Amino acid sequence: MSVEVRSIEKSFGSFQALSDVNLSIQAGELIALLGPSGSGKTTLLRIMAGLEAPDRGSVHFQSHDVTHRPVGARRVGFVFQHYALFRHMTVFENVAFPLRVRPRSSRPSAKVIRERVDELLGLVQLGGLASRFPSQLSGGQRQRVALARALAVEPEVLLLDEPFGALDAQVRQELRTWLRALQRKIEMTTILVTHDQEEALEVADRIVVMNKGRIEQVGTPEEVFHQPTGEFVMKFLGQVNVFHGRVQNGQASFADISFDYPGYPHDVEREARVYMRPHELDIKRSPEGMPSLGARIERINPAGPSAKVRLRTDHGQEVLVELNLDRFRQLGLTAGEQVYVVAKAARIYVPKSDPEYMI
Amino acid sequence: MSTATALSVANPTEVYTETETEVVTPPVVQSATSEPWWVRWILIAVSVSFLLFFLFIPLAAVFAEALRKGLGTYVSSLRDPNAWSAIQLTVITALIAVPTNLVFGLAAAWSIAKFEFPGKSLLITLIDIPFAISPVVSGLIYVLMFGAQSSLGPWLSSHGIQIIFAVPGIVLATIFVTFPFVARELIPLMQEQGTEEEQAAISLGASGWQTFWRVTLPNVKWALLYGVILSNARAMGEFGAVSVVSGHIRGKTNTMPLHVEILYNEYNFVAAFAVASLLALLALVTLALKSLVEWQMHRQSLETSPSEEA
Repeated sequence: MSVEVRSIEKSFGSFQALSDVNLSIQAGELIALLGPSGSGKTTLLRIMAGLEAPDRGSVHFQSHDVTHRPVGARRVGFVFQHYALFRHMTVFENVAFPLRVRPRSSRPSAKVIRERVDELLGLVQLGGLASRFPSQLSGGQRQRVALARALAVEPEVLLLDEPFGALDAQVRQELRTWLRALQRKIEMTTILVTHDQEEALEVADRIVVMNKGRIEQVGTPEEVFHQPTGEFVMKFLGQVNVFHGRVQNGQASFADISFDYPGYPHDVEREARVYMRPHELDIKRSPEGMPSLGARIERINPAGPSAKVRLRTDHGQEVLVELNLDRFRQLGLTAGEQVYVVAKAARIYVPKSDPEYMI
Repeated sequence: MSTATALSVANPTEVYTETETEVVTPPVVQSATSEPWWVRWILIAVSVSFLLFFLFIPLAAVFAEALRKGLGTYVSSLRDPNAWSAIQLTVITALIAVPTNLVFGLAAAWSIAKFEFPGKSLLITLIDIPFAISPVVSGLIYVLMFGAQSSLGPWLSSHGIQIIFAVPGIVLATIFVTFPFVARELIPLMQEQGTEEEQAAISLGASGWQTFWRVTLPNVKWALLYGVILSNARAMGEFGAVSVVSGHIRGKTNTMPLHVEILYNEYNFVAAFAVASLLALLALVTLALKSLVEWQMHRQSLETSPSEEA
């Protein structure tokens, strides 16, 4: 089922949680709402669920306006950040709960409930744990019980609030892959909230990057990572080196480097920020005539799929460079060495303070 | 030691080595964290003898005194019409006051723990008033409100409604002094549990009523029972507030504690202690129930406390 939110506004007291949020989600998509804490991502999710009412704007499921429909009638499966399992009920009773509280006329028989719960527990691979209490389960198992319980309402949309937030790295990784596969299998529109960019990039069909109650960018993981539309997205998705520089007459310059920047042909000099991802930088022993930054190696961390080299430029700024291991071995770098940092790609943002020069 | 704990996560072998070393260490004579044996024994002896002299012996004396002239006199003094009526009135009062406070206490705790509203801290303070003021004053409040001298007095008497020096007054005063027990027991627990489970229940399609019966109430049932037991003990044992509003009409407005006092003042010791022994018995039953419920609450908190993430 497709989900659409239109011009949503929400504030808590004087805090503006969401301002003019518009978002359209296709049926069967897996969407990640990504942003730092306080960005409004959880509020947006709760508004879609009906756990929170927007001050203005509307929520549409398919073509129906559900803004004023209570959460219980929206057919959404909501998984809470801390699972919110019923502590006094067994796993079985937890999953059976949505079936047991149905109005008498549509309540399934005990036999049907049993079959349905068994089926759901099988789906989340918890078949043997039906008689356990939530406190007897691990974090990952509780998460899956919460998911099975949410699926028991036969939802049209699955909403997950920081689903892997409270789990350790290994379980998180496994559960993420598993959830992705499950979502493919049941083909349910799924919206999850996360502050972990890696998680969003790996799991989602599309990512909605949020900041300060607004949507910064909506796009596939590839789009938001490689074509960020703004500085915030650039900074939030992955590590990045920032240099303060200037633009003037089609030229950009920072530190000792200058290069063509046709995006700003004006002759009034303006401040600009130059962003370079660690993997877009290379290290050379000599400048070889290319624009480069002299720097001293401070720390090398070759653990992992790439080597991370932390340097300090001659201007005193820290720079992080990520080299693939072959390149790293070929260079044979040591800490304390004087080298040159060369950029393979860079992005320039001219702050939009003056509308006349908006880029 | 802390290094070993930190290592235990990453390297199980390291933990094994550490445990082994600890076993080899020769046993120490005095542990660093406990007192020498004689200090412990003196402390235990002091508290046990204190309990013996101030609690156990007086309690035993109540039963001894009540049975001094034999079981027959004991039973007949309880079967005295005035004593019997006092017992009945006490039970009736408790039967009205305790359920009322159960409902009000639950409602108050629910609203305080689960909702934000202006004046919330004032309400929390108000709940404590019956504990803070003297029971005599609690009784006087009702005399001032409903007595013959009050502004409501003439209207009440012209309609033939008697509250003060009658059963309604006794019930009102009892409700007042026992109000905080249930609410106070529930508020911290409900606050700690938060509203997430209720939200989950609502999102799973449960109605408000279903959420209350299936989620909220089971989560607080032991604390609720605990509050009810304490509330009941106080309702049956209350003297001060009830004494002010009762009027001490024998066979009509005397509760058990009031009746004990009257009998005692008349030097009718056996009868006084016979009725008192019932109150003492109630205390013992209360204590037993209380321990049982405490044990259940402890078990529940163990059951529901989050275990290690695996």
